[in-house]
Amino acid sequence: MENMVNVYFFGKKYSVPGDLTIMTAMEYAGYTLKRGCGCRHGFCGACATIYRIKGKNELKTCLACQTQVQEGMYIASIPFFPTDKRTYEINEIRPDQRVMMELYPEIYSCIGCNACTKACTQSLNVMQYIAYAQRGEFEKCAEESFDCVSCGCCSVRCPAGISHPMVGLLARRLVGKYIAPETEHLKNRVEEINKGAYDELIEQVMQKPITEMQELYNTREIEK
Amino acid sequence: MFTAEMLESIKKVEATRAERMSKEPRRMTADEKEALLKAYHPDYREDGFATIKVGPNKGQKAPLELGQLLHSNSRILNENIDLTKVDYDVDVLVIGGGGAGSSAAIEAHEAGANVMIVTKLRIGDANTMMAEGGIQAADKENDSPVQHYLDAFGGGHFAARPELLRRLVMEAPDAIRWLNDLGVMFDKDEDGRMVTTHGGGTSRKRMHACKDYSGAEIMRTLRDEVINRGIPVVEFTSAVELIKDDKGQVAGAVLMNMETEDYLVARAKTVIIATGGAGRLHYQNFPTSNHYGATADGLVLGYRAGAPLLYQDTIQYHPTGVAYPSQIFGALVTEKVRSLGAMLVNKDGEAYAHPLETRDVSASAIIRECANGKGVETPLGSGVWLDTPMIEIIGGEGTIEKRIPAMLRMYMNYGIDMRKVPILVYPTLHYQNGGLEIGGEGYTKAIPNLLVAGEAVGGIHGRNRLMGNSLLDIIVFGRNAGKAASARAKEVTLGNMNLDHVKAYAEELKAADAEFDGVSPLLLPKYARHER
Repeated sequence: MENMVNVYFFGKKYSVPGDLTIMTAMEYAGYTLKRGCGCRHGFCGACATIYRIKGKNELKTCLACQTQVQEGMYIASIPFFPTDKRTYEINEIRPDQRVMMELYPEIYSCIGCNACTKACTQSLNVMQYIAYAQRGEFEKCAEESFDCVSCGCCSVRCPAGISHPMVGLLARRLVGKYIAPETEHLKNRVEEINKGAYDELIEQVMQKPITEMQELYNTREIEK
Repeated sequence: MFTAEMLESIKKVEATRAERMSKEPRRMTADEKEALLKAYHPDYREDGFATIKVGPNKGQKAPLELGQLLHSNSRILNENIDLTKVDYDVDVLVIGGGGAGSSAAIEAHEAGANVMIVTKLRIGDANTMMAEGGIQAADKENDSPVQHYLDAFGGGHFAARPELLRRLVMEAPDAIRWLNDLGVMFDKDEDGRMVTTHGGGTSRKRMHACKDYSGAEIMRTLRDEVINRGIPVVEFTSAVELIKDDKGQVAGAVLMNMETEDYLVARAKTVIIATGGAGRLHYQNFPTSNHYGATADGLVLGYRAGAPLLYQDTIQYHPTGVAYPSQIFGALVTEKVRSLGAMLVNKDGEAYAHPLETRDVSASAIIRECANGKGVETPLGSGVWLDTPMIEIIGGEGTIEKRIPAMLRMYMNYGIDMRKVPILVYPTLHYQNGGLEIGGEGYTKAIPNLLVAGEAVGGIHGRNRLMGNSLLDIIVFGRNAGKAASARAKEVTLGNMNLDHVKAYAEELKAADAEFDGVSPLLLPKYARHER
């Protein structure tokens, strides 16, 4: 007999195999998921979930697809979180401190409670990356927030009303576009192609008979 | 955490490590590869396939589960849908909110078209988001688009459509430039040079990456850009059938609100199918690395409307899916783990093959090892070792945390520290090599204003795809489709809208005695258990 545990989905009790994740346990219990289920492998942030263990008072946050069930879990998945994303024209903003003040001024209302960091399903130092954003240190903010899956658990807990994932995303786009050094070899290759430098060569290779292509492929030199 | 048998085997892996690291395993010859594929690749298992009985590909093979969907009736066959009541009226309708659909929408918007995305879950709930390892582009001095073409053409068994592969490799550097300019954070060194590695079957190090969140970084940037531009995105709404007109053009789609199950009508001058793959059909009972909605919907919609499929019988099983622990069974372990140096090792500690053979060859070799008693038993089957501690020895301590943080996190959730112990892997259903056939300009050949982009396309890669060419194809063909669709929309005049093709298809099914009991597209896999 499998090791069964008792869990409560939205307050209703179910007995489920103890080796399941919260997501697969819900399906075991008969739920057909529409909301709260995306990639199922921890990358998309669709399955933000709140739970509390019976007899304990602490509310915890997790991704349902990456968390194993435990005895006495009271579970509520969050179907949608109204994140407050501000819109901007990427070609018109600049990577200076002003852009954060204009787009996400509430980051300066952070009271340092660190609830965001405690809520992070990816164990990121969320409060720290918000601090970097406040100071206009976009590279540090981008690096610290890089593994964010935008599940929104941090924002749910924030007394200052900050949409943390959106702040990190803005910082990363600023770094990717403006701050990271330009790639010379990429620029050159795009120009060569646009000038037609490879047109004839590619045409030739497209016309070659399969046997010749097989020979070329099987004997090609592989970079060490 | 590990069983006694696993621990015993780990000792053997550790014992052979130093010697294994002193020499690179031999690569297989062309003949060896062919024999291995025929003996062990799931595409060669006859009982995994059915013959298509109706439509343009009648008489050809398709995976059993896809065949069932192609032989199912439309869910709106007996619905009375008033097509004169139009809920959305646009120039360009993009079906699917992944990387291809978002790229298409951005370019169509850039070209001034009135474009809308409809997607059955959320924008970004897509295989793009889950792509880990990277994106190929021949942009370094020792490389060229011609070399990229050769690698991809050979890796795909010389079956790729040359006009599609040409577009893929020639527009690759510009795709990277476009993403970079949108703010995607690629791994670069301090001089701005891209940090690139090999993938299976590449002859040059041209794999660009954003740690092991490459697809996520691309997808979240594209999604942000779609929202910034104010492009309408209708989420939790699925296209359930294409609408055609009396001129044989496509004229929009019937949509279904996933929550209320109410139908809606979208009229469009051009339609782009960007619905992605089919992993959730679990061909041959394989687990999958795909997202929840990967159920081949676009293939069914397009096929029923008369667009042919190409290479629908070839599927990619990613060699390294998680074999253990069971909670993450089938999840992707990025090929980048092998790019960074980890070897594939059997139960006895032998590196039985080169770690960077193409995916079909690598997967077949794992299946062979396990079939011949050289695999390690797990609760759900068996697997071979991926010797991850080698990465820290080769690249220095901290390499795993820096280059593949998602992998480290995924295993640490279950108490497995891949820096110190190897991990168990087995092939997982990863990618649909085939799909709807398009010409070099992105249009289906049968319907002049219907386009396809991304994983739903067949023919770009041939019969096997190289790592890093899928993130590339969704960008290249997504952008192209957006530009082409917005241009074509200016020329299209729609006639009277109808769903006659749905009825005609049903009659064809009946005449062929091929009706499968069910409706398609599937929309979501049936995972809910209703046993008592």
